[in-house]
Amino acid sequence: MNDTHDIHPRLDLIICPSCDAAFKLEKPAHGERAVCRRCETVLITPRRKAGLQIIAVSLAVLILIVAAAVFPFLSVQAGSVHNSVSILETALAFQDGPLVILSLTTLSLIILIPMARMILSLYVLVPIVRDRPPARHAASAFRLSEALRPWSMAEIFAIGCAVALIKVGQLVDVSFGPAFWMFVVLVVLVVVQDTFICRWSVWNALNKPAKR
Amino acid sequence: MERAEQTGKEITARALGLVACTRCHLAWPKHAATCGRCGHKLISRDPKSLQRVWAFWILGLMCYVPANLFPMLQTRTLIYSQEDTIVGGAIELIHYGSWSVALVILFASVAIPIGKFLAIAFLAMSVSRPSSVSKSQRQLLYEVVDYIGRWSMIDIFVVAILSSLVQLSLLVTINPGPASLFFALSVIFTMISAHSFDSRMIWDAQRTQNEGNQDE
Repeated sequence: MNDTHDIHPRLDLIICPSCDAAFKLEKPAHGERAVCRRCETVLITPRRKAGLQIIAVSLAVLILIVAAAVFPFLSVQAGSVHNSVSILETALAFQDGPLVILSLTTLSLIILIPMARMILSLYVLVPIVRDRPPARHAASAFRLSEALRPWSMAEIFAIGCAVALIKVGQLVDVSFGPAFWMFVVLVVLVVVQDTFICRWSVWNALNKPAKR
Repeated sequence: MERAEQTGKEITARALGLVACTRCHLAWPKHAATCGRCGHKLISRDPKSLQRVWAFWILGLMCYVPANLFPMLQTRTLIYSQEDTIVGGAIELIHYGSWSVALVILFASVAIPIGKFLAIAFLAMSVSRPSSVSKSQRQLLYEVVDYIGRWSMIDIFVVAILSSLVQLSLLVTINPGPASLFFALSVIFTMISAHSFDSRMIWDAQRTQNEGNQDE
């Protein structure tokens, strides 16, 4: 990394990560997007005030995750028998011997990893938005957040709820608890957070510590 | 950078003697080893990536077999106890007349995983031999496979929701079966397999095929 001083990046170029095509870097205006001409991968999507919006959304998601995890989520009723569960209990449904691993995986995928991603993006973005130099290890934090992106599956769990309801709907009466609605809002916010964030802009901001 | 008319050839970073960071898109000279901005390892084309793709592909397939043979759900009611595999559960639903739900389940839990295996295998093979499918279609296929991969986890989540929710003491209880673990592993391995694929190789293969190998 720092061992050779003659290695400098070409800041005037942008390379498409999907097909390796090189383009002259021209930052698009706010609200527009730069797209690779060859494979149509979206490269840059700057937005006005994106930083502040993402911070607000991330904070909201963090609070909602904690709340949605512990409050009653779904409940069923068949005759006089009644059962209600929280998301935490749902994630820990696999308890038969080796299936415990699956409980940990589910817990990570729907609660821990989405939470970690929000904390990491707050850590990276707050100093940038406040015009301060990036936080220590901000690059590694953003890197980890990006690596975790495919493994954050809150929205998939939400669709899973719908499928499960269809499956048991005829068998028993299902009703929604407060956590269900929190979770619905949370999923929308997670998707919003993900589309607002322009990776290129964040990396670019992390590149110049002093300026801006 | 707005999309212009197709003006012919785009220059690749490799042709310019550059190597791009696949994580933060910064262009570095060819001999740089790691990205100075994000610390990612810089590799112009990763020859080992295909090996990783196939290794995880095989692991995924190996887990997919027991995922279909073992029961996914165990339902216990007052009068009977029953274990359903993925396909068995769908057939059961057809017997009850819920055609639409059964078809959705068969599509999501059988057709999509098998399609994913086929698509990844096709993409991995297409970079080393000529293919009649155009490069942009294969790029699209790769993006679809990469996107859909995570959604197969939905089966596991449904099992989790059902087996935590339907615990009505004697009346009816649903518990997860051993297939759920194998199914989850299969999904995770196929996700890693698709993720290991270096899509830049799709575009290289086509180049050499059309106009002879120019770079290097």
